[in-house]
Amino acid sequence: MEKLIGEFSFGLFFWQLFLFVGLILLLRKFAWKPILKAVEERESSIEDALEAAEAAKRQMAELKSNNEDLMNKARDERDAMLKEAREMKDKIVAEAKTTASAQAEKIIAEARESIQHEKMAAITELKNQVAVLSIEIAEKILKEELSSADKQKTLIDNVVKEINLN
Amino acid sequence: MEIPAIVGAGLVVIGAGIGIGRIGGSAMDAIARQPEATGKIQTAMLIAAALIEGIGFAALFAVS
Amino acid sequence: MMISPVVLLANPTDEHDTHQEDAHHEEVAVEESEDGGIKKEIKEYIAHHLMDSYDFGLYSYTNEDSTKTYVGFPLPVILIDGGLKVFSSSKFHHGEAVAEVGGSYYKLDHGKIYKTDAAGTITYDEHHHATNEMPLDFSITKNVVFILLVFLIMFFMFRGMAKSYAKGNALPKGIGRFLEPIILYIRNDIAIPNIGKKKYKKYMSYLLTVFFFVWIINLFGLTPLGVNVTNNIAVTFSLAILTYLITTFTANKDYWKHIFWMPGVPVPMKIVLAPIELLGTFIKPFSLMIRLYANITAGHVVLMSIIGMIFIFANWLGGSLSFLLAFVLGILELLVAALQAYIFTMLSALYFGMAVEEHHHDEEH
Repeated sequence: MEKLIGEFSFGLFFWQLFLFVGLILLLRKFAWKPILKAVEERESSIEDALEAAEAAKRQMAELKSNNEDLMNKARDERDAMLKEAREMKDKIVAEAKTTASAQAEKIIAEARESIQHEKMAAITELKNQVAVLSIEIAEKILKEELSSADKQKTLIDNVVKEINLN
Repeated sequence: MEIPAIVGAGLVVIGAGIGIGRIGGSAMDAIARQPEATGKIQTAMLIAAALIEGIGFAALFAVS
Repeated sequence: MMISPVVLLANPTDEHDTHQEDAHHEEVAVEESEDGGIKKEIKEYIAHHLMDSYDFGLYSYTNEDSTKTYVGFPLPVILIDGGLKVFSSSKFHHGEAVAEVGGSYYKLDHGKIYKTDAAGTITYDEHHHATNEMPLDFSITKNVVFILLVFLIMFFMFRGMAKSYAKGNALPKGIGRFLEPIILYIRNDIAIPNIGKKKYKKYMSYLLTVFFFVWIINLFGLTPLGVNVTNNIAVTFSLAILTYLITTFTANKDYWKHIFWMPGVPVPMKIVLAPIELLGTFIKPFSLMIRLYANITAGHVVLMSIIGMIFIFANWLGGSLSFLLAFVLGILELLVAALQAYIFTMLSALYFGMAVEEHHHDEEH
């Protein structure tokens, strides 16, 4: 212990303390702060980059699943559309069929009616014609029959005979 | 016969040596058991060894 | 970690001392005294290496006419002794001459400056300590030169690194590629686990500076320049006192509460614990100071002793063995240089962490 105290040199202590504290202060300003800052910046930039990569990866995965969803949706939609179209077609066809058959029936019915009508008209006219013809024939026959007095007398006789008062 | 002080210092140094040896050995055991705690064990080992070393130095400089 | 070499070394050197005296008194064979001469020289050399010096000596050798030649350059001596006195250390002539400045006389003795009379008399007490007056000494010694050198190296190195970031590069250039992982290690493995994520930022400047300063200056100690800064108690003391001051002045209420009125223990224990805990706050930085000092000193002493053994053996077998041992120890010292810097930083961070720790269990007490 005595040796240590005897060895102690105040001048050396002073210079060492002075230079060392000066070194700490100088290096803090000119070296340690910029170095540590640069290192920290680099570390944080690496961290950021890693995080960004991770986020991009996550986004990609999301996008992929989104895409798949979209595809599925599109497929579903297409299927639905196709189905609808088919239904529509069927419906249209069916409708057309019913309409057509109804129309046809209607036409047929109308035709039938008009035929009936025409028939009736024709029958009526025929009847009229027959009546006129009958009257003309009767007129001619009568004229022939009743052209002589004998004949008129026979006819009256016949009619009288027929009108038997029984 | 008077025993010189340096003999006492030597005894202290032997003791310190044994102590540091035991600390080192125990640290090795601990590291082997728990390799994941190596850093902490090393720190604790150095501190304990440094304290014992201080006693050795104190003995040496007390007699010198 | 380097305790045992100190003890091992303490005995041989003492032995040399007695051996030397024996040789001196009994005047034994010439070879032995020569051998002792080498041992003494090595011992002196090591003692000299461990001390600070007023000139920048690269090497010295003894000429054939037994005069010494020193190769190096002098450094300025700054004394406060009745006014500021600045002069070159060449005036001391490596401790051989008395320097006369402004009417006062100064002489070097065992690496320290003493005020003397014109003849340079130095009086000693019974413990062989000089009793002369010592002027207040702010000299730019060899250690101060190296502290200044590390100051400049660190400033320009880290400033350059910071600038290479500022140019918009996300990555550092050049030496920054080597330094950045170390900075990140100190942040992620020392500061954040010990202090906590919220508060570590204000301590980072100190932790980074102290780590690199201690490391680089320890490494300089292993170069052949023969400099040895961290084995000066004044240097480690100034580092430790900064840790102590930062701990004390950034501490929160919890820290003081745990020192003076430990929660969760009975009142008599609180009274007993308070002085112990208070003493603990001083012991912590004190052990930091001693640890760094002792490890580096011990490392240098062992390394230099083994290198010195090359000259004691003076044969190819002992020489090469010593060389090999010195080489291996040199590598170990490289590790110790970094390890001590790490431990100093780590424990400082730990003490800061204790000072700002928030105890969430307080409500239970």
